[in-house]
Amino acid sequence: MSKAYIALQDNEESHYIVEAIEEDNPTATVIYQPAMIRIENEGSLVIKRETVEDKMGRDWEIQALHVNLITLGGNVDEDDDQFSLTWKQ
Amino acid sequence: MSNRKINMKEKYSLLTRDLEWEYSYRDYKEIFPQEEFEGIKITDWSKWEDPFRLTMDAYWKYQAEKEKKLYAILDAFAQNNGQQNVTDARYVNAIKLFLTGISPGEHQAAMGFGHVGRQLGGVGARVACQMQAIDELRHVQTQIHAMSHYNKFFDGFQDFPHMHDRVWYLSVPKSFFDDARTAGPFEYMVAIGFSFEYVLTNLLFVPFMSGAAYNGDMATVTFGFSAQSDEARHMTLGLEIIKFLLEQHPDNVPIVQRWINKWFWRGTRMLALVAMMMDYMLPNKVMSWQEAWEVYFEEAGGSLFKDLARYGIEMPAYAKTAIAEKEHISHQAWSIFYNYGHAAAFHTWMPTEEEMDWLSEKYPNTFDKYYRPRFEKWREMEAAGERFYNPTLPMLCQTCQIPMGFTDMEDPTSTSYRQSEYDGERYNFCSDGCKDIFDYEPEKYVQSWLPVHQIYQGNCGGPDIEDVLGDYYKINLGVDNMDFHGSPDEQRWNAWHNLPSAEEKLKRAS
Repeated sequence: MSKAYIALQDNEESHYIVEAIEEDNPTATVIYQPAMIRIENEGSLVIKRETVEDKMGRDWEIQALHVNLITLGGNVDEDDDQFSLTWKQ
Repeated sequence: MSNRKINMKEKYSLLTRDLEWEYSYRDYKEIFPQEEFEGIKITDWSKWEDPFRLTMDAYWKYQAEKEKKLYAILDAFAQNNGQQNVTDARYVNAIKLFLTGISPGEHQAAMGFGHVGRQLGGVGARVACQMQAIDELRHVQTQIHAMSHYNKFFDGFQDFPHMHDRVWYLSVPKSFFDDARTAGPFEYMVAIGFSFEYVLTNLLFVPFMSGAAYNGDMATVTFGFSAQSDEARHMTLGLEIIKFLLEQHPDNVPIVQRWINKWFWRGTRMLALVAMMMDYMLPNKVMSWQEAWEVYFEEAGGSLFKDLARYGIEMPAYAKTAIAEKEHISHQAWSIFYNYGHAAAFHTWMPTEEEMDWLSEKYPNTFDKYYRPRFEKWREMEAAGERFYNPTLPMLCQTCQIPMGFTDMEDPTSTSYRQSEYDGERYNFCSDGCKDIFDYEPEKYVQSWLPVHQIYQGNCGGPDIEDVLGDYYKINLGVDNMDFHGSPDEQRWNAWHNLPSAEEKLKRAS
């Protein structure tokens, strides 16, 4: 299997997103590096709007992810409710 | 009228596909004259899927937010004399190389996507290229803006666009983008959109920028990550173009594979600059070039190529060579620049004892065996007042334009050297990868503007090399170039931090 991954800037907003990712992807690994947070998971990784909103306590649009995003790996699928990365092999 | 809020997919469809119209009074081929000559077959542009589904209104909204965050930090950095808080003035030389070598490439990419976006028949691809062209323009602007602050306090930043078009090592990234921009639109997309953005830019913008943060350079890490957040979208576009081309027609597969082979190798060669920035120019180390390569090429690239295997796409040719080179490339590139430190617009130096120990630990198979003895010799020569500068001009590879300083991976002590003949002339290459690229399109690469040839032909001023460096390159001799030790940069830094000068240190020691 291949690892799907996402890296976010290490800031306040990202901390909530990371919390949400950890909840929705229990097998994901979170790696803290200078100024960035990298989260990886075998095969796929999903970010759900509802979980992030729950953590932040306010409305949050999936596309707001762009503001804190550094890089990613995997095939992207995005709609109003979730953002996912998957490898198909 | 209903007030129902449309969802992302509908909005994307309305704001991209719906902007297209039928061409009723002009022939399609007249409107998109470059779509066929590369041999790529497109049967249905409507199959194009942009996974990010970003529309222009959302694009402006989020880009504006990114810019506000970025400029708040750049302002804070300038107001608080951030330049004094980087780990060490040597570090700033990596930023000089970034401004002169990398930022102009962002501008080239903006021009390239502007052009290609006009040439593709599918509206989804055109809109994506338009956004990417604007992104790239944003990158070059924010990078110049961020680094202009350093220009007030350090040497070597002042003439970056002039230098980019002339200086020998800057011809490496310049010729890379020139090559891509003079290719057809689909090759450009595979070159820059896929091979460079997806497979290689992480190596520049992720571990190096994390390293900038670790060295106290708040300005650089911020523009770097702000740029890379766009790159995540570009990577996705790059992957999309590949999948789209491969799904459109089986005849596209070998063409795309050849482009991947070519551009992976060209990109890998260019990244030798980034390898030495990581291993030699960051005083506080985050990870070695080898470690970064393993995470971002071997692991991430490996997943990508496994995913593409279902289309019949294989790992790039020469990936094996590039993987073997990960233990050598940064040391060899730094040696080249140390040799020609008098001809560069930034400073070079020999690593300290501690830094050499770090390199030994990170490169257990190669550093002590091949590089440490040479570096120790150079350090001795410097201590004896005979800092080594290579007085000759190097032979350059006809394709990547890097001096022939890389070695054969089967025998890492002998120079890797290949030749081809074309039209009665002999051409020289640093590798099989670069030779193959030439052999496939010799009529393109015989026209390469090779800085050393141009100097010998008298096209860069002269007659002496100082005239070329000073008048033609606009390097401030004795200021921008030479070793870091003894440079005005070092003197200013020591004065800011009340550190003893090199002379004072010597006096104290004796």
